Amino acid sequence: MTSLPSETRTLHGWGRTAPTVASVITPRSPEDVAAAITSAGPRGIIARGLGRSYGDPAQNAGGTVLEMTGLTSIHSIDADSGRVVVDAGVSLDTLMRCALPFGLWLPVLPGTRQVTIGGAIGADIHGKAHHVVGSFGNHVETMTLVTADGSVRELTPDGPESELFWATVGGMGLTGVIVRATLVLHHVETAYFTVDTEQIDNLADLMDRQTRDDEKYAESVSWFDAVTTGEHFGRGILTRANHATIADLTPKQRRDPLKFDAPQLLTVPDLFPPGLLNTLTGKIFSEAWYRKSPTRTGAIQNITQFLHPLDIIGEWNRGYGPHGFLQYQFVVPLERGDVVRTVLERVTAAGHVSALNVLKRFGQGNRAPLSFPKPGWTLCLDIPIGPGLSALCTELDEIVLDAGGRHYLAKESRTTPEAIRRGYPRLDEWRKIRATVDPEGVFASDLARRLELI
Amino acid sequence: MIDAVGNPQSILLLGGTSEIGLAAVEAFASDRPLRVILAARPSARLDGAKARLEGRGCAVETLDFDALALDSHPSVIDKAFASGDVDVTIVAFGLLGDNEQAWTDVRTAVELAQVNYTAAVSVGVAVGEKLKAQGHGALVALSSVAGERARRSNFVYGSTKAGLDAFYTGLTEALRPAGVTVSIVRPGFVHTRMTEGLEPAPLSTTPEAVAEVIVDAVRGKKELVWAPAPLRFVMSALRHVPRPLFRRLPL
Repeated sequence: MTSLPSETRTLHGWGRTAPTVASVITPRSPEDVAAAITSAGPRGIIARGLGRSYGDPAQNAGGTVLEMTGLTSIHSIDADSGRVVVDAGVSLDTLMRCALPFGLWLPVLPGTRQVTIGGAIGADIHGKAHHVVGSFGNHVETMTLVTADGSVRELTPDGPESELFWATVGGMGLTGVIVRATLVLHHVETAYFTVDTEQIDNLADLMDRQTRDDEKYAESVSWFDAVTTGEHFGRGILTRANHATIADLTPKQRRDPLKFDAPQLLTVPDLFPPGLLNTLTGKIFSEAWYRKSPTRTGAIQNITQFLHPLDIIGEWNRGYGPHGFLQYQFVVPLERGDVVRTVLERVTAAGHVSALNVLKRFGQGNRAPLSFPKPGWTLCLDIPIGPGLSALCTELDEIVLDAGGRHYLAKESRTTPEAIRRGYPRLDEWRKIRATVDPEGVFASDLARRLELI
Repeated sequence: MIDAVGNPQSILLLGGTSEIGLAAVEAFASDRPLRVILAARPSARLDGAKARLEGRGCAVETLDFDALALDSHPSVIDKAFASGDVDVTIVAFGLLGDNEQAWTDVRTAVELAQVNYTAAVSVGVAVGEKLKAQGHGALVALSSVAGERARRSNFVYGSTKAGLDAFYTGLTEALRPAGVTVSIVRPGFVHTRMTEGLEPAPLSTTPEAVAEVIVDAVRGKKELVWAPAPLRFVMSALRHVPRPLFRRLPL
């Protein structure tokens, strides 16, 4: 067997922090994947998709990284049942573009569509519809996993190897390499949303509104301002939406109701200085974002307007400058909604600026031991790397963990192994399942080493 | 792994009783406890350093390391990397010596050269191999401004540091493609045991201040730094002072 071509590359996550060097292989078939796994060196191997995780789960210092974007086939789309069979390297963007003409919609869409199917399962991603549809793993009917011994396994949520299925959902690629999956998509009449937008001038009211009638909406999320202090602290925009029906559309939109309207207008060049986001620019951004969305009900919006405003700009992470940034995302139980306010106050008091603050109420979690979502409030902050950030985040960790919360591994880039152990009480159960299929520890990543997951 | 905000999880201090080295370990440990490997000859001072770091919550391991026992270096480095990745390695051992004795006595001169230069090269090669395999990590070498221009009062020490500095400058480039950052730190006069009783030079500093420079260099991936920072410009000027004038300067 000839070995696959490899290339030494420096890899980092979307936050552009903590780069490390690995040998990168781009497999073109499940057989290539198996060959790469069985010939992996002592530092092990990990799959990488489109690199949208903020920290280091898709890096493997000194080891091998499989660039899964070489596996890009959509094998079948069944318009009646909604079943699609796709390779792990297919992006959500590509899948949506192909499935929408059949009236099919991906039920779980995160803040970007530039995520591979393998990554979506590995991180068990969630979207604005979580309170209704749950996370990505809930919509996987079967998956094909290549494990450490090079064998190819078909896994289902309730089949004989269901434990391995659920350990792989949210398992950050550490149980094996997903090469293919069958997903069940939802039927929609149009590609549009009917959106209700509410401008709410303080955090308490914002959370109260989001608690009351979220069930009436398929999608719900709020953005809020973490810069303005005083009585308008945490003022924000609550946007909630349902899929539009044909009847909701304008005559022009009706001509092509399933039109995928998702342009990318510009790509950010890699020349931004550090410190561009400061208190002043943060205030200007927050004011503008707040003002641009007055209260309005029943507006018809396309996918980019409603779901993915940041996808209009390619490589937007470069705007944070060369030191990069981190995303701090946690979930706390519903009854501990007070933590959201405490965390924001600490961030603001410490002088850090977070411009993109997203708050959402999660619905039920799933069976996966390392899946992030559980019923409660999830808050996500974007903070540029700067002095004092480490100490601040350590302080926030305590607040979150004491409230029974936990951190999202796909966003994580700086916490401690203890924090993950506390947040994920089923970690040992996951480790046991992993040990049965990967006793030698072939699958390894920087994240796994840093947080002692393996 | 060094995380997104620059916190390492493990540190190897070669020269485990070095005041600057220990101050750097403590500075790294100020945010969160670390796994620390102190490599030095066994001594009460080493035990004291271990106890102090353990008091800060660090997990400390000591390794018997003698800079002059060159043959033992590969096995010492093997042991240091045996229990997992090492995120930061600090090469901090060194001797100042008495210059008048050193330039007139062969044994003294050779010992200085072996500890400060040969041993530093030896561990540099061994650690470099480990870091290359690991695919990440920071390597800090304590050089000195004394190596930037030889002075009559300090030239044997200065020559050893000049050699170390040149070696690690090259190593910086050699290890770059492997994802390893080498930082060379050039302190001026630092108030330590080594300089006790000597007349402090201008811009003299403390181990704690040098430690801050080291932490900042590792976090910022800076390859060459001075402690304190203004020495960079002072030394840049001094390097160009003509000899007839330079020898008249009170240095």
